[in-house]
Amino acid sequence: MRTRRDFIKISSLGLGAAALTGGMVNWVVGANSSKNLSTGSQSLVPGKKVATYCEVCFWKCAGWAYVTPNNQIQKIIGNADDPQCNGRLCPRGTGGVGMFSDPDRLKTPLMRVTKDGVQTYREASWDEALNFIATKMKAIAAKDGPESIALFNHGSSGKYFTHLLNAFGSNTIAAPSFAQCRGPRDTGFDLTFGESVSSPEVTDIRDTRCLVLIGSHIGENMHNGQVQEMSEAIDKGAVIITVDPRLSTAASKSKYWLPIKPSTDIALLLAWIHVLIYDDLYNKEYVAKYAEGFNELKEHVKGFTPEWAYGITTLKPELIRQTAREMANAAPSVIVHPGRHTSWYGDDVQRSRSIAILNALLGSWGNRGGLFLKEGFRVPEFPHPAYPKPAWSWLETLNGRYPFAKEAVTNTIIEASIPELGKEHIVKGWIVSGTNLVVSVPLKEQLMKAMQSLELLVVVDTMPMEITGFADVVLPECTYLERYDDLRTSPHREPTIALRMPAVEPLYDTKPAWWISKQIGERLGLGAYYNYKDLKDVLDWQLKQVGLSLSELERIGVKKFARKTPVYIEPGSDYQFKTASGKIQLYAHELEAAGFDPMPKYTAHAQPGQGYYRLIYGRAPMHTFSRTANNRNLVALMPENSVWVNPQVAELWGLKKDQYVWLKNQDGVISNFSVKVRITERIRWDSVYIVHGFGHHHKPLTYAFGRGVNDTELITSIKIDPIMGGTGMRGNFVTFIQNEPKKEAKS
Amino acid sequence: MRYAMAIDTRKCVGCSDCVVACQTENNVPVGFCRDWVIEVVDGTYPNVSIELRSERCNHCKNSPCVRCCPTGASHFEDGGIVVVDHEKCIGCGACIQSCPYNARYSHPDGYVDKCTFCIHRVRQGSDPACVSVCPTKCMYFGDLDDPNSKIINMLKNRKFKSLAPEAGTKPQIFYLL
Repeated sequence: MRTRRDFIKISSLGLGAAALTGGMVNWVVGANSSKNLSTGSQSLVPGKKVATYCEVCFWKCAGWAYVTPNNQIQKIIGNADDPQCNGRLCPRGTGGVGMFSDPDRLKTPLMRVTKDGVQTYREASWDEALNFIATKMKAIAAKDGPESIALFNHGSSGKYFTHLLNAFGSNTIAAPSFAQCRGPRDTGFDLTFGESVSSPEVTDIRDTRCLVLIGSHIGENMHNGQVQEMSEAIDKGAVIITVDPRLSTAASKSKYWLPIKPSTDIALLLAWIHVLIYDDLYNKEYVAKYAEGFNELKEHVKGFTPEWAYGITTLKPELIRQTAREMANAAPSVIVHPGRHTSWYGDDVQRSRSIAILNALLGSWGNRGGLFLKEGFRVPEFPHPAYPKPAWSWLETLNGRYPFAKEAVTNTIIEASIPELGKEHIVKGWIVSGTNLVVSVPLKEQLMKAMQSLELLVVVDTMPMEITGFADVVLPECTYLERYDDLRTSPHREPTIALRMPAVEPLYDTKPAWWISKQIGERLGLGAYYNYKDLKDVLDWQLKQVGLSLSELERIGVKKFARKTPVYIEPGSDYQFKTASGKIQLYAHELEAAGFDPMPKYTAHAQPGQGYYRLIYGRAPMHTFSRTANNRNLVALMPENSVWVNPQVAELWGLKKDQYVWLKNQDGVISNFSVKVRITERIRWDSVYIVHGFGHHHKPLTYAFGRGVNDTELITSIKIDPIMGGTGMRGNFVTFIQNEPKKEAKS
Repeated sequence: MRYAMAIDTRKCVGCSDCVVACQTENNVPVGFCRDWVIEVVDGTYPNVSIELRSERCNHCKNSPCVRCCPTGASHFEDGGIVVVDHEKCIGCGACIQSCPYNARYSHPDGYVDKCTFCIHRVRQGSDPACVSVCPTKCMYFGDLDDPNSKIINMLKNRKFKSLAPEAGTKPQIFYLL
């Protein structure tokens, strides 16, 4: 039966927040009481240091939680042995304790009920909530097959629900990190080099002589290792070239800032390729040995001169030539950075291909100061029965589109959840873990329609994010500081494993995701897949297989291993790339066979109309997406976002510094809330910029509610990349409304 | 012994990790801070530059705050670190007004508070929390009387400035340009 799913505010349930949060925010360590200072008799407070790795972003830096004798987390400090952070966490990691101490956390399982004709949540026991979920899942599976239960996930907890669904017989699983973020880049590099640049990226920034950033704002995106290495590169005198319509922090540290007309990057990249080839600057030996399709590429870019690009990008030909020469001078110690969030204009795989081709021509892949060869440490998987083979999976929801999507596309699973769009593969239930789809995924109408059509929507989170208001069951997860999790094994320059263990007992009635998954699994009769009592047992078993133990890792937090393979390609060796032919594909036959351009072309994109400005969004170093906007340890640094406006534009509109305005996009959509104007020379006159992750409209986020604007509500025009399904979001234009529009803010 | 800090504006990305690390290290109440980050934008698009600076108490050699304190709560510790003894402080706020750097605030518990260079860490041989957390390693803390210190090396080899030199306070925070 289809139920209308009213949006429910969790705060309206009178969960006595004050009573539940007593004393959690104040730390008690008298680290430097002034009395001790003046006498010099500073005494150390004995506490313990507990190994963890961070969950505030995907970089997952390893650190130590410092816990006081009365079980308060005083601070979190990076683990000096972790090559991903070198003992230095970023502001979000340092302030990660705010996730734990957030007074607005989800505290108990909640179930949707109708009371006096009004839908609301009531508190439930874990047993009741889990039984309900298992019963529903069984009923849906009996009727429509287990495949019709889907999972959307982000972060460490996703793994456990992936395991649950795989064991249940579903692989209808997606993460916004593909189609909404790094998917185009991964696909573009995969089509060129046979593999993606991984996460954390294989960029050898610390030893580079030239770093080229295409809209990538390292330093504002606080990808810790990269920020640290960029600083090291600055010290060593590396040349930085930044292409960005905005003077990003990185641009301000660059020898060359190319203030490009937005949406024209491919023209610049093709011109650079042209200069490298026709000015004879490319790495001939490398290209001859490792790449194929050079002659076709040379012919293809013949007309793409800097003069041609000038008319598109507004960048002077001499600047394009000069920067190409800088790259060639540094080659092969040069990185044309692949970026990360790359779903911009719908031809993003081709832009990423252009970047990959540039790297190939410069010989950077496999060379010091370029892109290194990653290596990880493999820990055996805890044994479990083979997963049943699902009759269909996320792949079928593509319905023949996006042939190069190697990972699932969130939007096609959302589509499949709408019966009239889903065709034969209809999704009936969702589990959502650690991703606030309402803010992270564009095409809101489709999303709302899908959620209204579902028979089951389970949300697992630590916070009452917007998505929780749509759930049938809300399961409160404990934070990363209160649980064990799988070992971090991400491959990089040095193979490492890192441990996360609980610094303190979970607050409230919250549980770790591994436990939730196991409990649901057992209720579904899948106990054989959970043949352990505690995740600790799994970790210990895994570590023992590789000659370690949990107790050892608890003591050191991070274990480094010697590499077994070289970190760079041995000069002159017959290195085989992971493509079908073993060579770098300058000309992509695979793309051609599927009906796409085998080599990138520039296509013009829509430009803002009179009185409208391109909406550019990005990151701030103290926030991660929309998940930190309520973190009291971070909000003071940036309580709300602002809209960056060029002074000439401000003058035209009569905008004043710090004035609040509403934004209206090309489709007439007006922002829920108003946003502060920041008048700055750092932004082009044809664009505005806002930091993503603000404008929360869910009142239970008591701090974040109503602060700033949410860029994704203004992103209603989506250009989908036909190659892999990425949702290009940079083709939206906004104008200013200075008087409060007649419209109730949704909450 | 003369403690000082040099901060490389070429490397600082303004992430404010120094602020968060200080708050957790020193139990600074939420909503207050002992250090902060300033962004100065200069020029006209596209000829624009930015300077990012992490700021805090300058631990001035000629400190108006120490001079004006009626109770002796604001005082020098070894190495020239300016510290407020919370027990002696009556919260009159004269020091707040006298500081050209706006480096002090009234703590909700009734005394004036500010950066101590993490004196409790320095005495144990560690760097202040802000210095040791900085992802860009743009801050150098050390003893100006030690000719082999990194900070002396940086100040010898780079151009630098200090803030509000016209106030004549002889600040001990230097910004490398």
